[in-house]
Amino acid sequence: MDVKIYSFIFTMWILMLVGGGLMTLIIGPFSLGSIGGVAPMILSGIKVGLALVLIFIWVFALTKIKNWIFKSQVKS
Amino acid sequence: MEEKIIVAIIVSAIAFFSIYAFTPILIKFLEKRNLTVKDVNKIGDVMIPRPGGISIMIGIVTSEIVLYLFFPISEILAIIITSVLGFSVGIIDDKKTMGGWFKPLALAFCAAPILLLGAYDSNLNFPLFGSVQIPSLYLALVVFMIPITGNTINSIDALNGIASGVTTIASFALAISLFILQNYEIGIACLCLAFASLAFYKYHKFPSRIFPGDSGAVMFGATYGAIAIVGQVEVIAAIAILPAIINSFLFLSSVKKIVEHRQIKNPVKHTDDFKLKSTDEDHAPITLVRLLIAKNPLSEKQISNEVLKLTMFTGVLAVITTFMMGVKI
Repeated sequence: MDVKIYSFIFTMWILMLVGGGLMTLIIGPFSLGSIGGVAPMILSGIKVGLALVLIFIWVFALTKIKNWIFKSQVKS
Repeated sequence: MEEKIIVAIIVSAIAFFSIYAFTPILIKFLEKRNLTVKDVNKIGDVMIPRPGGISIMIGIVTSEIVLYLFFPISEILAIIITSVLGFSVGIIDDKKTMGGWFKPLALAFCAAPILLLGAYDSNLNFPLFGSVQIPSLYLALVVFMIPITGNTINSIDALNGIASGVTTIASFALAISLFILQNYEIGIACLCLAFASLAFYKYHKFPSRIFPGDSGAVMFGATYGAIAIVGQVEVIAAIAILPAIINSFLFLSSVKKIVEHRQIKNPVKHTDDFKLKSTDEDHAPITLVRLLIAKNPLSEKQISNEVLKLTMFTGVLAVITTFMMGVKI
């Protein structure tokens, strides 16, 4: 069994841990302190947007790794 | 604690032996009525009875109902109803192949009992960093979780024994995690799923004597997702079934749309000795199986074993993550 697939899974695990950290440390407590009176719904929307950007980066990175693994497997 | 151990033994035994005893009867019943499908990875016309989901439903629901009689809490009731709804969605798909969007949408409604019974906590727990409170976002997560777990287990049900094997390993890992977190009632509910899938694996492993069908695979996934939500172990549960999630991710990132898996080009083909090898078709999706055989052709049994080894690896990662839940940076 190729080590690359285990590495792919391990990378995914690390990304999940890092993503959790970013959620709890940055996105969760995020507030627009200096701009008073921002509706909670708008703030939630911004947080969802930030989470979606993170997911996009996560998916993009994993897609690149997947393509690299598949191509290297086919070539070898 | 002694009472909980006795209950765990009773419901685990019910889950295991009900499926172990009933599945051979179901196999004969389905064969008699010609409810069989061709096993495409076998030489010749090997016909396999389907769906085995009926047997899985009996095992899981009976054991969970007995568990509910001992611990009448809304979380266990939510698991039971979600499981039955998941089975219902799957059996519709078994009877008539529905469009790609049917299952995700129908499974989203299966999360309703969890929301209506209030069997969730809106804190999302992460290892090392604590928890984050996302009340509105969490409702969306509950609605998404059941379709994700239901479909991932269903998508990986491509070869003999994989769906039941992955569910068995992931459920045991999740049950261990729930016991470590001292969430005993939901841990026992997870044991019911683990022993039910283990009993079914006996008949589903290579060479399969029965296929779970959509009803069985979706029910496995829906029950697993419901346990993850009511047990507040969403992240750990996702880690334990990473091979199945990766399979769905690989599929979606290749196909770039939600389609019924029967509608896409087969990503594998057979060698002369009936091993599986990666297809040369450019537009065929890169699935986990295709990734595993990209280098060399493998037999169906070898691929199944490789997927189960990957799940054992992620099961260990899930338990390590559980220990990290108690550590805060």
